[in-house]
Amino acid sequence: MTAPTPPTTRGALERREARLAWGLLLPTIAIVSLVIILPLLSIFWISFKPVGLADLRPVAPVLRESLRQRGGVDVIEYRVRNSSQQKAITGLGFSDEIPDGVTFTELPEICSLDGSNLTCIYGDVEGGFNERLRLPVTLDGDPDALEEIVEGSEPRGFGSGDNILTNSEFTLKNFTRIFDGAEFWAVLWATIFYTVVGTVGALVVGLFAAMLLNKEFKGKGVLRGLYLFPYVSPIIAVAFTWVALMDPFSGSLNALLIQMGVTDSPINFFGQRPLALIMVTVFEIWRYFPLSFLFILARMQSIDTDMYEAADMDGASPFQKFWYLSLPMLLGILSVLFLLRFIWTFNKFDDIFLLTGGNAGTRTLTVNVYEQAFAISNIGAGAAVAVVIFATLLLFSVFFFKYISQEEGL
Amino acid sequence: MSLLRQGVFTAGLIGLFWAFVIAITVAVTLSFASGLGFRPGSFGCLFLGIGGGLAALFVRDRKLLIGGFALLSVAFLFTPLSALQFGEDVPFLWQLIGVLAFAVFTIWPLERMLVEAHPGAMNRHAFEDAVIRFLTGFGYIVFTAIVLIPFYVMVMTSFKSQQALLKNPLDFSIDLSRGMDLFRSYIELFGQFGFGGYLWTSFYVSVLTVLITLAFSVPGAYAVARLRFKGRAAFSRSILLIYMVPMIVLALPIYIAFSMTGLRNTVPGLILIYPVTTIPVALYMLQGYFRGLPVEVEEAGLMDGLSRLQVILKITLPLSLPAMVSVSLYVFMIAWNEFLLAFMLLDDPSKFTLTRGVAMLNSSEIPRQHLMAGAVIATLPIMALFLGLERFMTKGLTAGSVKG
Repeated sequence: MTAPTPPTTRGALERREARLAWGLLLPTIAIVSLVIILPLLSIFWISFKPVGLADLRPVAPVLRESLRQRGGVDVIEYRVRNSSQQKAITGLGFSDEIPDGVTFTELPEICSLDGSNLTCIYGDVEGGFNERLRLPVTLDGDPDALEEIVEGSEPRGFGSGDNILTNSEFTLKNFTRIFDGAEFWAVLWATIFYTVVGTVGALVVGLFAAMLLNKEFKGKGVLRGLYLFPYVSPIIAVAFTWVALMDPFSGSLNALLIQMGVTDSPINFFGQRPLALIMVTVFEIWRYFPLSFLFILARMQSIDTDMYEAADMDGASPFQKFWYLSLPMLLGILSVLFLLRFIWTFNKFDDIFLLTGGNAGTRTLTVNVYEQAFAISNIGAGAAVAVVIFATLLLFSVFFFKYISQEEGL
Repeated sequence: MSLLRQGVFTAGLIGLFWAFVIAITVAVTLSFASGLGFRPGSFGCLFLGIGGGLAALFVRDRKLLIGGFALLSVAFLFTPLSALQFGEDVPFLWQLIGVLAFAVFTIWPLERMLVEAHPGAMNRHAFEDAVIRFLTGFGYIVFTAIVLIPFYVMVMTSFKSQQALLKNPLDFSIDLSRGMDLFRSYIELFGQFGFGGYLWTSFYVSVLTVLITLAFSVPGAYAVARLRFKGRAAFSRSILLIYMVPMIVLALPIYIAFSMTGLRNTVPGLILIYPVTTIPVALYMLQGYFRGLPVEVEEAGLMDGLSRLQVILKITLPLSLPAMVSVSLYVFMIAWNEFLLAFMLLDDPSKFTLTRGVAMLNSSEIPRQHLMAGAVIATLPIMALFLGLERFMTKGLTAGSVKG
């Protein structure tokens, strides 16, 4: 008899468990790759394509058919048009069902009749192609009824346009365009300022708020709920409220400042450099301090009070207790929050878009995606900015995982 | 440093700062409440503040202190040195209310702040105690103000008329004699602008998003939390990674794909895309919770002959009901508040969600109070949900708010 050894292959039970796990995960993996991974890959593809917003409509023939009298002769008239003014169509043509009772007296060269099936082929045409094709016919029967039948049968167009998204034309223009000159540095500066100041500001303000509420008193629950309002309410509501509040003509804040004698003329908070960038950053701090507040408060309440009692015995003053006891205990959660918020502030789009639309020096990278793709209608350049964002994020996340894996919890 | 820690000096300085804080607070509050002109008076604050600080240090009888300070403040009202200055048309009653509010809210907290302070050189403890009490009071006022003012303005503006808004942007008083006319913006939004429909669209889109998200993320989270398989660690990392991808990067290809397949400008297209943005968050939150459940209960179930799926349905899910509520609320909130995709994908006013509908109101042709009324309509349901289920909501926020 040999001595018993632990099995070296995977057991049936283990295999079954793994199979179940993959089965449970499969729907998620499928839908996530369809809607996230696929778009991510396509954004790389598009960023090397010279594609504009107008190119999204596919190039195709547009057809209209009518039966009418022209100079005493009945004709079927086809209007054939290229939907695009610029792009060519290869193999343009159409085919149509001709009902009984309609016979062609003569057919041009490009057309052929096969039974009741009329086919006309133009071949390759340029952009902006627009032609009328008149085919004289003799009618056998009630003209009005025949007209209805003729015009009721839709001609089928064929011919394929060159689709810019799938052809083999590539360009580096998108990238040279977005990295070009002063604009890129302005965008980068706005992004860095917004991200760094916004993140640090929200953390510091959240820390203060947490310290205020880190004691027991009546109405604490109410205040805690209240301080979460900015984060919970829809971005669209609070952003528009800020815009209304700071409006230079009818805004309450300006009226208040003028009445108090702080300023003589209204301040255009969201319309002038560099104030606009500062204001959107202030908005970011205002909206997201509740988040750090919530995390920091939770951590504070889990700190053991024995420590503070010992410090009291040793005669530590309140500031000393904060600096030497509380802050070191909070350092872990603060750094995790910093990393997370940094990435999310970097990703932020809605806030700036709603407040200033990216004007007055507030165009960050994310706003630039929208600006390039939809305002300037250059999808390719927008995709190129998106690629830059994604690359930056990958860089962050390497750092993030290196650090976060040491921190428990998140 | 030693000068700063002299009781007299500390008390005077704190009194000065506090008087300014209260004067500004009272002036802003009364301006917003009445629309009349109030502003803090520098010299009055200077004298009354320093005086109040010193008085609080020396006079330990609370009634005498508050009464005396109030009398003095009212007396100052008749000199140019009043702590509050008034516009020309402010009635005397309002002036009196303002000054009395200033007096009480200045001296009463000052007395509390300086409770451990004393004349002469103070030790570090007494000094810092006074400073911290001052900062605490200051903090409450500032935080409450910055949070409340925008919401106050939002609600009150929605009740105003265009003329009243342009005449005095500061006047937020409500003219009750207008009766139902007060709600005109709301009536017009629901009548002419079809906000009832938007409300309904937003509601069912959000609910469907929650249901679909749960259907996908519960099995996934269970697998990641409980089952052993190759690539588990890599998978749970890639979840985090995926939900760090910003929406705007995905929105562009989604826009293109939806344009080409005809899903753009349809509500089903929106319902297709929303859950995908929330599944990673939900999966991440739920797997954290599943891990915290005692594994023994499930093993006992397995021993008694239940299959894995039965274990999930009969043991794990009932145990994790609170977490499911939190996750559902959080996902509901994300879907309800979502703006970017709705903005890019929907053009047809009959298919708008609420956020898209409010965005439509932001035009120079539509009066401001309509926009604010729209904002209120979008905010109210989520606020009601939040206040009613705050316990679950806060938990959801802390567990999931890596995203935001």
